[in-house]
Amino acid sequence: MSDLHVDLERTSPGPRKIVIDPVTRVEGHGKVTIRLNEAGEVEQARFHVVEFRGFERFIQGRMYWEVPVIVQRLCGICPVSHHLCAAKAMDIVAGVDKITPTAEKMRRLMHYGQVLQSNAVNFFHLASPDLLLGFESPVAQRNIIGVIEAFPEVGKWAIMIRKFGQLVIAATGGRRIHPRLCIPGGVNQNLAVENRDALRADVDQIIQWCCEALELHKRFVSAHHTLHETFASFPSNYMSLVGPDGAMELYDGTLRAIDAAGAPIFEGVSPQAYRDYLIEEVRPWSYMKFPHIRSLGREDGWYRVGPLAQINCCAFIGTPIAEMARKDFMAQGGGGLVHATLAFHWARVISMIHCAETIKQLLFDNDLQGTDLVVTGQRRPEGVAIVEAPRGTLLHHYQVDHNDQVTMANLIVSTTNNNEAMNRSVTKVAIDDLTGHEITEGLLNHIEVAIRAYDPCLSCATHALGDMPLVVTLEDADGAVIATKVKQ
Amino acid sequence: MVAESFSFTIDGIVVQARPGQSVLQACDEAGIYIPRLCHHPDLAPSGACRVCTCRINGRNSAACVTPAAPGMVIENDTPLLTADRRAVIEMLFVEGNHPCPYCVASGDCELQALGYRLGMVAPVQPYQWPGRPIDATHPDIALDHDRCILCARCIEASRMQDGKSVFGFAGRGIAMRLNVDAAGGLGDTQMAAIDKAASVCPVACIVIKRGSYRIPNGERRFDKAPIGSDIEARRARPTP
Repeated sequence: MSDLHVDLERTSPGPRKIVIDPVTRVEGHGKVTIRLNEAGEVEQARFHVVEFRGFERFIQGRMYWEVPVIVQRLCGICPVSHHLCAAKAMDIVAGVDKITPTAEKMRRLMHYGQVLQSNAVNFFHLASPDLLLGFESPVAQRNIIGVIEAFPEVGKWAIMIRKFGQLVIAATGGRRIHPRLCIPGGVNQNLAVENRDALRADVDQIIQWCCEALELHKRFVSAHHTLHETFASFPSNYMSLVGPDGAMELYDGTLRAIDAAGAPIFEGVSPQAYRDYLIEEVRPWSYMKFPHIRSLGREDGWYRVGPLAQINCCAFIGTPIAEMARKDFMAQGGGGLVHATLAFHWARVISMIHCAETIKQLLFDNDLQGTDLVVTGQRRPEGVAIVEAPRGTLLHHYQVDHNDQVTMANLIVSTTNNNEAMNRSVTKVAIDDLTGHEITEGLLNHIEVAIRAYDPCLSCATHALGDMPLVVTLEDADGAVIATKVKQ
Repeated sequence: MVAESFSFTIDGIVVQARPGQSVLQACDEAGIYIPRLCHHPDLAPSGACRVCTCRINGRNSAACVTPAAPGMVIENDTPLLTADRRAVIEMLFVEGNHPCPYCVASGDCELQALGYRLGMVAPVQPYQWPGRPIDATHPDIALDHDRCILCARCIEASRMQDGKSVFGFAGRGIAMRLNVDAAGGLGDTQMAAIDKAASVCPVACIVIKRGSYRIPNGERRFDKAPIGSDIEARRARPTP
């Protein structure tokens, strides 16, 4: 903190560049650079991902059945999403178009546990310090410990909801992090009755706590209506999976993309056809690619994914409490879409409710104790699969040779889909909140608040690891760094 | 005529043995576990890995290839020998590529299980990062050279039980590697998935294709009890 003030005092009038390095309370390593002109106006703002892990390359040559277990090592937060997405792709490679009901429901149960616990991490552990304590509250308190001290009940929800999601993962995959459930064509176990009963005993309380978290968040929105509507916000396209009836769908389905007015850009797109609709662009200043919708081009084809997109894209949610919450949420849009970037958090809590409700439904489904676990088929050379991970649409694409070895992998990770949108949010906050102001740590936190709304996982997005501190650098017009602030 | 049994002591415990038994075999029967890696009960011992090295009558000898003899005084479970064995295991880990977190043999791997049993917290030797491609040419078997620890079990099984001589060693010293008797890889050999050689690998070098990860976490061979527990259970069992 003191270092920042020293640095800022040293900055002379005139052109300068602010670098936030590393960005904190997100997963992975990234930094923000903001270039100001002599008048102190923002000329350029960028969110860089500065780490690289390269899973797409080093799984080449591995056997295809190893991939669901290898690629989940991309991430310690959402390994389940990668495990499931790779498994779905390898189902296709194994020649299996439909797995057994027990296998699908086991996978779904694990997936909803994962989305629940990961969304709880973002909402409670990463974002709630900003929302409950204030964007510019003292940095020493602006963390989950500060939240627990000020709002003990919220701290309890944070811990218990996340724990429940992790217990669902452990019950299905043997452990809370990096579980092993999926094999190409199915799963390796059903749900033990004792695990089912233990989860049944807690699930109603979890739903209740998620609902209370929603009410708490709505009070924040009511108290900060303008901020909520305008902060880092802009109209955009959205993309997510939806079910055949348009329902919110997190595990399987087809892709729907809509424009800012809610009109479809494409829908009913099967994962196998993704390359006809999406294209990825590489830019030299970030390890994260920039996907966009092929038909709209790089300037207009960017879109947002994640909880906000899932709710904007779907026609309804198939569980009752979450559906009521969705209708309430969509009322903000006055008949149109909701574009507020901070609304990602509201949508995230609705997603948590939906996950908890779905987990409850599955826990009372006897198919989970079935013994028909694996299906086999005729080998195919290629497989593509999509799931809605906690952060949004996640795509895995593999090619496998006749010896069963992977020859090509392409991962379009949720955070990658949001790359352009995160950059635009950073730019908007920089223009709105930094221009003409003396730059303080609190103001710079506004930049991070915008990034956190997307819950980026930079480890996943570049196939890289680690926690994610934020670096802010101040440069002159020639690009020379005047000051750098590293926040851990 | 049954040869007369005799006795020796290991860590102060009197063990009965029969003529023709190795130290390791006699101790196994007595329920005393001597850590080992290349040894397989269905195959002739080779003394390749040296993990079973004990202090026998004051000299270091591999228990799998040392005939039991009357009156032997053997040290097995000592801090010094455990450290030596751990060092061997550590070297085997760094000489290959052994990513336990996603390896298909994890939980069922004798190398990994020995690492746990011998208290290998982390390798202390520098990783060698060898570049060894997978031989996936066989339709039913993958040969992952990254995992090979040169135990020679597959060589012995292929020669003596399968009668095929599919495997052999090529090179010497640090360059030694497992080889197959066909230029086109394992797929060009007479190897079959039902061969004994396909089922004796202690690690994940020889893997039956499409059968991996079928056993859930918590149910795998070494999830419930450390390696050697089955042998030690014989000693704990009351005599009839």
